[in-house]
Amino acid sequence: MADNNPFPGENNTGHIWDDNIRELANPPPRWWMIAFWASIAWFLGYGVLYPMYPIGQKPTEGVMGWTQIKEYQEGLDEVVAVRAEFENQLKDMSAKDILANPGLADYTVASVKVLFGDICAPCHGGGGQGGPGFPVLADDDWLFGGTVETIEQTIAMGRKGIMTAHGKILSDDEADKLADAIAAGNPTSDPNFLQKGCIACHGMDGKGMQMLGSANLTDGIYRFVPGEGESIKDSVKQTILHGVNDVTDPQTREAVMPSFGDRLSKDEIKKLAVYVYKFGGGQ
Amino acid sequence: MSAEQKSPQQSAVDELYDEAEHWNLNTGEETIHAKRMGGLWRNIKWLSASVWILFFIAPYLRWGDRQAILFDIPNRQFHILNTTILPQDFWMLSLLLLFFALLLAVSTALAGRIYCGYFCFQTVWTDVFTWLDEKLEGTAPKRRKLDKAKLDFAKFRIKFTKHLIWLLISVLTGISFVAWFYDAFDLWSDFFNLQAGSTAYGTIALFTVGTYVLAGYMREQACFWLCPYARIQGVMVDNTTLVPTYDFKRGEPRGRIVKGQSEDERTTGDCVDCKQCIAVCPTGVDIRHGQQEGCITCGLCIDACDLVMEKLDRPKGLIRYESLDVLEGGENRPLLKRPRVWVYGLIMSAALAGIGYGLSTLDALELKVIHARQPLFVLLSNGSIQNKYTLKVLNKMTKDVPVKITATGPEGLILVDADGITAKHGKVTPRTVFLRVPKSNLKGENTPIIFQVEGEESGEVFVGTRKSVFIGPKY
Repeated sequence: MADNNPFPGENNTGHIWDDNIRELANPPPRWWMIAFWASIAWFLGYGVLYPMYPIGQKPTEGVMGWTQIKEYQEGLDEVVAVRAEFENQLKDMSAKDILANPGLADYTVASVKVLFGDICAPCHGGGGQGGPGFPVLADDDWLFGGTVETIEQTIAMGRKGIMTAHGKILSDDEADKLADAIAAGNPTSDPNFLQKGCIACHGMDGKGMQMLGSANLTDGIYRFVPGEGESIKDSVKQTILHGVNDVTDPQTREAVMPSFGDRLSKDEIKKLAVYVYKFGGGQ
Repeated sequence: MSAEQKSPQQSAVDELYDEAEHWNLNTGEETIHAKRMGGLWRNIKWLSASVWILFFIAPYLRWGDRQAILFDIPNRQFHILNTTILPQDFWMLSLLLLFFALLLAVSTALAGRIYCGYFCFQTVWTDVFTWLDEKLEGTAPKRRKLDKAKLDFAKFRIKFTKHLIWLLISVLTGISFVAWFYDAFDLWSDFFNLQAGSTAYGTIALFTVGTYVLAGYMREQACFWLCPYARIQGVMVDNTTLVPTYDFKRGEPRGRIVKGQSEDERTTGDCVDCKQCIAVCPTGVDIRHGQQEGCITCGLCIDACDLVMEKLDRPKGLIRYESLDVLEGGENRPLLKRPRVWVYGLIMSAALAGIGYGLSTLDALELKVIHARQPLFVLLSNGSIQNKYTLKVLNKMTKDVPVKITATGPEGLILVDADGITAKHGKVTPRTVFLRVPKSNLKGENTPIIFQVEGEESGEVFVGTRKSVFIGPKY
């Protein structure tokens, strides 16, 4: 072949078509070949060490026995181990004891933040700022009480306030005047506050009763904040006319805090209570 | 002068021509075995390289009960003599980097790649490795011969010794590097007790392999193909830059000495084409082609050429530090009339001033204030507005310090939950506090607030302040 090669000295293989199209022998560089075989060796070695070949229903397991789930579980165990030191202390403490210990209170706030985000934030907001129809947790006006024990109870048992609709016993004009007085923070200035029985729940001074969950009408903080384009007075009047959770009135306010006692552990509820207390309104 | 009776010059030059066959331009295919000889620039090179001794010994200096210079990454603290720098002060590092970047620029603009030629670790380590080559294997021709020789016991013994010493230097380099980040004395004991941890061993291994390969095998190829600075510096050089330059006006036309010809009859220039400049070049370039990418401006060719010129009784300095302007008959522009000197100088001074300012105002106590984002404010039952803040007290001292937090702002301001804070040393201590202001005392949506932290340590009072804002409802 070499003797009659029409293109001598150019390193071709002697395969020539159509007079001048020929195959050259240009081997890949040495380093390339080394990398090529090394990557094959790597692939084989990897398959021995790690799960890889799909044989049958499951891939081969690999001699190291590594799986993603195992690695995840190890990471999780590490977190649990780090937290155990604190969790063991918290177990036998009341929420009040935790608050009295700044270090543990800090741990509690840090460790339960995610749970609050999952369970509570959808209604009450990530910072306890509340939302339309849902109460603010960061202020110091509590319908049912702001001690950490009460908060714990609220989370565990849930709450449901009741106010009957007064549309039937108040004329529109009377409701208007009463709403004006309440919006001004001075409910007792309207005689109807006494005469129509508001005092039964909201008290002689209009400051509410936490035993009943009735609102303080004098501090300018409203359980039901005005909607778009509404004044405070409009919103108060709406509550007076249609009540809260009154099944006889289809326009009634709905205000239900579900119970979490069956969904969360005692420790979780205790920690959430501390977290809520720490928003700045705890008493 | 008869042909039989050679002049001393002639015999000296004949020797050079005999070996001149060996010296060829570096194209990367062959290992460079540079000739080593003494001289002015050789001595300067040893002197400048000796700053790297600090790299090996500085980690063993102590300051009080700790290492004088320790970049403690796990604890996020840099100790430099009596100063401790925490991550909060890291902006100074960017100024330091700026300073050194411009130092490289200005030195290159004035005198070419003096960093490459005299200070760069690649140059210095390669220089030490080739010095070892010379000591163990002999002069350059011998080394070349040994490389080609068959492997026998003698060759094996020499090569084995050489690689062992290379390896020892490499390991020592790795350990010394890690010693800047790891208490040096602990490192040695941990290293041999297998207690140094994977990061330390990994870094030492990386530097060992790196030193061995880069200084032992890659050598000038690292400057040619790996180093980005080599290329960047090429564009920083201009006509006023002093670089080792072959005086082509004097040297050309180059030509070998013709036997028996007297100096008066000579038609060639001063260059006798002995190729000694290529012989000594650690990167194997021919300086007579002018400034080029391979030249690290180390000045060794100046030594070589001067030695030849001396033997031939011709004036020295055929290759010398010279600017292109002067070589072409112009004059050197004075330093102060070069805009780059001023611009680089100004930026460098600004960077240094910034670092100086930073170091002189390193506060012992620092306060950061983060206003809660949700809710921005809360209305309280008594008509006050409450804002929530997270305070972060940074204590750079070596002891825990009880601190007092105060806040000044609108009338009737009350600070809640700010009592009993102890700022942990070398750490940030967070605390959530509340501010309450009667709604009637607020003039607008945003009211400026100043927080202050105060702590006492060894009779000295440290104060840190921070501005923030108090947010109230819209009016």
